[in-house]
Amino acid sequence: MAASEQNALIISLEEQFQSKIDADIRIEPKDWMPDSYRKTLLRQISQHAHSEIVGMLPEGVWITRAPSLKRKQILLAKVQDEAGHGLYLYAAAETLGMGRDDMYEELHSGKAKYSSIFNYPSSSWADVGAIGWLVDGAAILNQIPICRCSYGPYARAMVRVCKEESFHQRQGFEVLLTLANGSPEQRAMAQDAINRWYWPSVMMFGPSDGESTHSEQSMRWKIKRFSNDELRQRFVDMVAEQIKVLGLQHPDSDLKWNAERGHYDFGAIDWDEFWNVVKGNGPCNRERLETRRKAWEEGTWVREAAVAYAEKKKQRSESIVTLAAKAA
Amino acid sequence: MSQTNNTQGPVWEVFTQKKSGAPFQHAGSLHAFDKEMALENARDLYTRRDKPSGLWVVPATEIVAVSPGDAAPFFDPSDDKVYRHPTFYEVPEGVQNL
Repeated sequence: MAASEQNALIISLEEQFQSKIDADIRIEPKDWMPDSYRKTLLRQISQHAHSEIVGMLPEGVWITRAPSLKRKQILLAKVQDEAGHGLYLYAAAETLGMGRDDMYEELHSGKAKYSSIFNYPSSSWADVGAIGWLVDGAAILNQIPICRCSYGPYARAMVRVCKEESFHQRQGFEVLLTLANGSPEQRAMAQDAINRWYWPSVMMFGPSDGESTHSEQSMRWKIKRFSNDELRQRFVDMVAEQIKVLGLQHPDSDLKWNAERGHYDFGAIDWDEFWNVVKGNGPCNRERLETRRKAWEEGTWVREAAVAYAEKKKQRSESIVTLAAKAA
Repeated sequence: MSQTNNTQGPVWEVFTQKKSGAPFQHAGSLHAFDKEMALENARDLYTRRDKPSGLWVVPATEIVAVSPGDAAPFFDPSDDKVYRHPTFYEVPEGVQNL
């Protein structure tokens, strides 16, 4: 085929692809898709998976120190859910043609990113509450529109995640409410956790629309349904109301209801901090990656044993087939 | 994109049945080295809530599927027999339970 003919073919395939997207027809793994669509999704889904896995770390350290058996059970179930969500997402990413080991390798080498929010420390029990309420609250707002994403396996994984995630946010709010109604020290602890987690959570929606490099194309492909700033505004509005029930102070002194817009106006976001953490200089970037690498390395013998077992089983079944053939 | 190595085992597709009598539905996929491991992983990953009444695991390579390009001609015959639908028939007014 001549180069010009090949170009014409690709253009027509791309047009067909876009018209499927425009008609809200989902794309499935074996359907034709532009390379850049595959790459964008692979980056996004694997990053999302890595975030779930690294996301277990800040909360995981509180499992042994939870203040009651009830809280310990809840936290265990929540962290187990995060592991599950990571696995749903890795499975969805694999349908795009990248192996699981290769994705882990990208995480461990630092080539792949995960949500910067998990590079902040969880220094008190109240942080478990703030993570559930604010971090999971922001994640849910991000994830609900992805349930209608144009890529079938990602959308289906997200439906499952969103169903399970709803208890995460509530348990966090309940932890904070209990502390807010407790002793002055407990109240101060809750306030401190909210003060530290609020702004990083606001930044979870990513750069402002003007600065966001991948947004426009992702909207056209219906990977993304709302802009970063639209989702961020929803989060700000949601938290502004819910914090009143906690009776704690809002960390943003510039927060003000704007009747004309029907939304809360909010203070300036420290984007220098955001980019600094993205670039690897957050308080816990190094520690998080080291913990993941250590877990991976310490699990080597398990993977080796499993591969050896599979190999042995395969050889055995092959030798049975050979014996049977000889007997015949 | 190629896979440099694989220490995860083959992919299995998981199907769950919500309650007795209901159809089995695809839940997702996972990695496992044998049937027992696939069932246990499927239980831990896809049935953490709402105890289901049934669970299937199937090696992904054993699933036979219509390729997307062939789907339209393959299913074509199902589209041209309007008389297979009850709405094709005229029901005189007043006829009950038909």
